[in-house]
Amino acid sequence: MSQDVLIQIKGLFKIFGAKPRTIMPMIEQGKTKQEILDNTGHTLGLKDINLDIKRGEIFVIMGLSGSGKSTLIRHFNRLIEPTAGQVLVEGNDVLKLDEGALRMFRRQKMSMVFQHFGLLPHQTVVNNVAFGLKTQGVEKKERLAKAKTWLADVGLEGYEDQYPAQLSGGQQQRVGLARALCTDAEILLMDEAFSALDPLIRSEMQDQLIQLQETLHKTIVFITHDLDEALRLGDRIAILRDGELVQVGEPKEILLKPADDYVEAFVKDVNRARALTVENVMKAPVNRITAQTIGEALEQMRASTKDYGYVVSDDGFKGAVTQETLEEAIEESDASGSDLLSDELYEDMAEISPSNLLEEVIPETLDNECPLPVVDEEGKLKGVLSRSRLAEALGSS
Amino acid sequence: MSWITEFPELSRETLVTVRKTLDSSYREFSREYGENIEAFFDPLLYFLVWFEKLLLATPWWLMIAIIALITHLAARSWRLTIGVIISLFLIGLFGMWEDTMSTLSIITVSTLLSIALGIPIGILMARSDRTQAFVTPILDVMQTMPAFVYLIPVVMLLGIGKIPGLIAVIIYAIPPVIRLTNLGIRLVNKEVLEAAMSYGVTPWQKLWNVQLPLAMPNIMAGINQTIMMALAMVVIASMIGVAGLGQPVLRSITNQYFALGLLNGLAIVVLAIIFDRVSQAYAKRSQQYLGGRE
Repeated sequence: MSQDVLIQIKGLFKIFGAKPRTIMPMIEQGKTKQEILDNTGHTLGLKDINLDIKRGEIFVIMGLSGSGKSTLIRHFNRLIEPTAGQVLVEGNDVLKLDEGALRMFRRQKMSMVFQHFGLLPHQTVVNNVAFGLKTQGVEKKERLAKAKTWLADVGLEGYEDQYPAQLSGGQQQRVGLARALCTDAEILLMDEAFSALDPLIRSEMQDQLIQLQETLHKTIVFITHDLDEALRLGDRIAILRDGELVQVGEPKEILLKPADDYVEAFVKDVNRARALTVENVMKAPVNRITAQTIGEALEQMRASTKDYGYVVSDDGFKGAVTQETLEEAIEESDASGSDLLSDELYEDMAEISPSNLLEEVIPETLDNECPLPVVDEEGKLKGVLSRSRLAEALGSS
Repeated sequence: MSWITEFPELSRETLVTVRKTLDSSYREFSREYGENIEAFFDPLLYFLVWFEKLLLATPWWLMIAIIALITHLAARSWRLTIGVIISLFLIGLFGMWEDTMSTLSIITVSTLLSIALGIPIGILMARSDRTQAFVTPILDVMQTMPAFVYLIPVVMLLGIGKIPGLIAVIIYAIPPVIRLTNLGIRLVNKEVLEAAMSYGVTPWQKLWNVQLPLAMPNIMAGINQTIMMALAMVVIASMIGVAGLGQPVLRSITNQYFALGLLNGLAIVVLAIIFDRVSQAYAKRSQQYLGGRE
């Protein structure tokens, strides 16, 4: 996945009111949103938004209602004209496009999914999915064939000839998603796409989106007011408050280092067990043991303060040992004469992966007195996760 | 200080001059252009006459069959179809067949013309607030100005006959279809519109694929109203020589023929009910997709 910047928002302002441009000088003077509203009746919708969105990432913009997130996403495809600023897609300013070029841009570059689906009630499901292609003038046979494959991909095979009103909310949004995917646009704008769905369906849709994204590698701009959703889907998250960006970062940065009280208040209610991965909270493995023999191992362990250790070799993680086992073993080895650190000495302890969610490792972590070893796909020891560290991560605010 | 007790109205002479000037200038205008304007409407007149002759020349049983067929295709209801056949038969039985056909022809033509003119005007109104602000008061005047008043200039210009009658009917009947087309388009779900925009529709595609179909329930309601209002104008139009059910009604008023007036009035009612039920049933059937999950 290449990480070049696909969409750039530079110095974007949006002011609602009769004469928005006359308000710009007031903003430069540092007047607050409230002062501008009281004195001029203009609403400052977005204030100096700067964003870089990378190719292939899911970029979540989150904020409460009224924070301007829906206004912001509508600037990407110019459903709303900004008062000032630039929207660059692959370096081209979308705001400089004339009517015809803007149409071509909307047809080819971006497609959008809406909160209340925005389906055409008088068209069948398959025609709704094919809408973008119809707009582009694609032959009926071709566009319907393509629409059918996308419908199947979102799990709505057999619903082609139904009307939207005959489907449930979740199904309607699948149609909305299929319609957006059907144009093969590189960028997917999702405006509170799952917010109108009930929680179970919402999490199903999130799974489906993640699954689709694994094969499609679209650049997705996702708007939500739900931090759990943001943390689950987002490669990076931008938090918007009263039209201003408060923090932009990866989910763990938002969770672990909230930029201000506002973000912190947000983060407080998040289900951390589901939002954080082992990698986010594990500690570096301090007591590694790189010994071949029991004697050496015991020596290394006594040098540390702990009565356990993690044996690693060039091939990676071998297993965890306790001082007690080693001491028993060395007595036996004195009798047998073999001093080699063998497999049966290792503790019967689960290994956990760095990408596991905390939720998934809670039982194992609690079952063991010693911290669990965190081992990556290549078998290397990346860190350890202790009960106390887990408790701290889940409880901290 | 007479203005305290009496309204300071213009003097009689001034008023007479004003009226005379207006009248004479309009008369001059109609003398100058009357023929040209009449010639402009000639094709319409030919069509109107042809259509009326066609309806009258068609054998009564074939006509009933055709109307029944249209009813059934539109509404798919046997009850309605049989009701239509019986009422048309009764109309013929009571000797009103020819007048009914004349009325049917002028109503059909004026409705079609109202739709053809009204929907584009409604679309233009929906596209700009300025147009709406300009057209709305005109519609208000058209609907509230007593029909007799605008009959005067029409008759001065075009004389007595079918065309002035048709124009009078259209002036009275067109406002609902314009208003409801405008309203329907303005009420189209904003998100659906945004969705269409975000897929790069042209203005024409937006109108044709999104706005008009979504506004259709309202537009159909407007068309229905327009038909009803056109029927209501039949009697007044007959005053300026439009043939049909209105003329016997007019005769009944002047001669106090209660039964004749009642019968012809009922025939108008029957036509109205047929038009209303058929157009409503058609509208309902064509919007079944809005029904939702069953």
